[in-house]
Amino acid sequence: MAELFAKLDALPVTLKHLLMGLLPGATPEWLVSVVSAVLTITPILAVFPLMFALTTVIERKGLGRIQNRIGPNRVGIPLTDIRLWGFGQFIADGIKSLIKEDVVPRAADKVVHFLAPIALLIPVLLTYSVLPFGKNMVPLDLPQTGLLFFFAVGASTELSVFMAGWSSRNKYSLLGAMRAIAQMVSYEIPLILSSLTVVMMAGTLSLTSIVEHQAGTHFGFLHNWHLFTPWGFVGFCLFLTAAAAEANRTPFDLPEAESEIIAGYFTEYSGFKFAIFFLAEYLGLFAMCGLGITLFLGGWLPPVNIAPFTWVPSWCWFLGKLSALIVLFIWLRGTLPRLRTDQLMGFAWKFLLPMTLINLVVAALWHMSGGAVHIGIRWVVGFAMLAIPYWLLGRGFEASVGKRVYRFAN
Amino acid sequence: MLGTGILRGMVETAKNFAGSYHDPERLTTVEYPEQRIAPKENARQFPFLVHDTEDPMKGLRCVACQICEKECPPQCIYIVKSKDKRADYKGQMQLYPVTFDIDLSVCMSCQICVEVCPFESIKMDTEFELSNTDRFGGLLVNKHQLAKSNEHYRKIHPTEAAVSDAALAVEVAKAQAKAKADVEAKAKAAAEAKAKAEAAAAAGPVGAVAPAPAPKPSSPAAATAAAPAA
Repeated sequence: MAELFAKLDALPVTLKHLLMGLLPGATPEWLVSVVSAVLTITPILAVFPLMFALTTVIERKGLGRIQNRIGPNRVGIPLTDIRLWGFGQFIADGIKSLIKEDVVPRAADKVVHFLAPIALLIPVLLTYSVLPFGKNMVPLDLPQTGLLFFFAVGASTELSVFMAGWSSRNKYSLLGAMRAIAQMVSYEIPLILSSLTVVMMAGTLSLTSIVEHQAGTHFGFLHNWHLFTPWGFVGFCLFLTAAAAEANRTPFDLPEAESEIIAGYFTEYSGFKFAIFFLAEYLGLFAMCGLGITLFLGGWLPPVNIAPFTWVPSWCWFLGKLSALIVLFIWLRGTLPRLRTDQLMGFAWKFLLPMTLINLVVAALWHMSGGAVHIGIRWVVGFAMLAIPYWLLGRGFEASVGKRVYRFAN
Repeated sequence: MLGTGILRGMVETAKNFAGSYHDPERLTTVEYPEQRIAPKENARQFPFLVHDTEDPMKGLRCVACQICEKECPPQCIYIVKSKDKRADYKGQMQLYPVTFDIDLSVCMSCQICVEVCPFESIKMDTEFELSNTDRFGGLLVNKHQLAKSNEHYRKIHPTEAAVSDAALAVEVAKAQAKAKADVEAKAKAAAEAKAKAEAAAAAGPVGAVAPAPAPKPSSPAAATAAAPAA
């Protein structure tokens, strides 16, 4: 039984080896590597955009339910009465964006305007190359630089956002792009600093090694995930907050605040270019969630080390955790209003940055005291060291959000 | 503490999410083409012409006076008067519209045509599914499409229709009283003439004038007169 499940776990890898074996023996070396790369990329390009498509429908339905509406439930299979609870919607949306007119403003910088969506999508897709999706399933294992590569490539999306905003020659686009740059640069720091704790503990930048470092058990049954430590829990929350800001998700969706600046930096994009922006945004969110899973939630490891859980293929665990995080983000979107720009900046510099720095110190202490001090004392001290600054910093924030006084309206 | 508000909000949205599945009170959506709400009595969309008889074209109350055409703010009504006359609901000889068109794309549903009509012949309908695949001819509504029965009016606007029917009944009663008075006056005049003629015949034979038959109310009038009682 367990062997069968192990085979299922390794199915994608086996499939690839099988397909590679079909190549004739006299194939030149370079062609073999190209075919190997294509075989690796294809599932990523199939699974994640499909996940994006389904997410758009689930998000609309979920937000609808949160607001006591029904949400999309009409489009199913065309020419029949089969509705599939509205899950045909994404196909209709895709066809619509494909056949829409591609309008480029006359005053736009045409070359940059054309390149911006491509320059956004490619780095986002490149970030997937270092994520371990399952056991032995990492497209590009960089033992020295995995995490660094992720952040380096992920940060280059800021350039394309500004390309889009600047080349459109539209005030809303430019405002959106300026906001996006300010936000992304500010939140990059807490994002990286919160992931740095994991690097300190695991002692490696390789994402595969980080996942393997989380194997083993805590208290006998829980996996040794970084989430189940004081610094890991706080680090994960900080990471998620910064990731939401990086991915322009509510409550940090200022760069595309519809009620203020139409659609932000992609106001002047229509048709399929708009769809590419949309796709890149969601793929960026998925990649960030994937990194969060890898760093804190044990990557493809099952949550409990007991038989029925270990039978489920590792890649299913990864996708399951990813779906759970997506649902969390949808839930947050349905709950929270948008921040103001000064609140956004204040939150990043006055709250997230100090918290990440304190978290680094706590992680260092946790690491140093390993083995020497009783685990209970480590937990209590670690949590106290994080909870007290959290309470103090948070209090400062709440004091500033008092009852609003209007000078003239009262 | 910072974050408790977010958690409280998330609990609230989670309640909404779960509640919308099992609590019909929360879910106010009406899935329109399959489910419908009955139209409100005060709803009004687009005018229609009231008729009283089985044949819509014969019983139109409209007498082609063209007041609505002149008053219509966006000028969307077009009327052509008839050359001949026909009896209306109270038996009076009136003109009737040969053409009565309303441009659906121009009409702004202001109801001024209804306000100005002295003959209770144009009223507002509650029909709202007025889309058409032909954007030229299809949006010009002619009198055959406009004509709808008084029964229909009673169904969609019962209160207004009662008022309208009462006003018409008063008109019919007045006309009948007048007709009766005319008949009596004529009979009296005839009797006087007859007496005079007899007196004259006694003096010398002269040709007597026969009395003209009094106009009788036509069938629509009877229907309308009976209506308010119902």
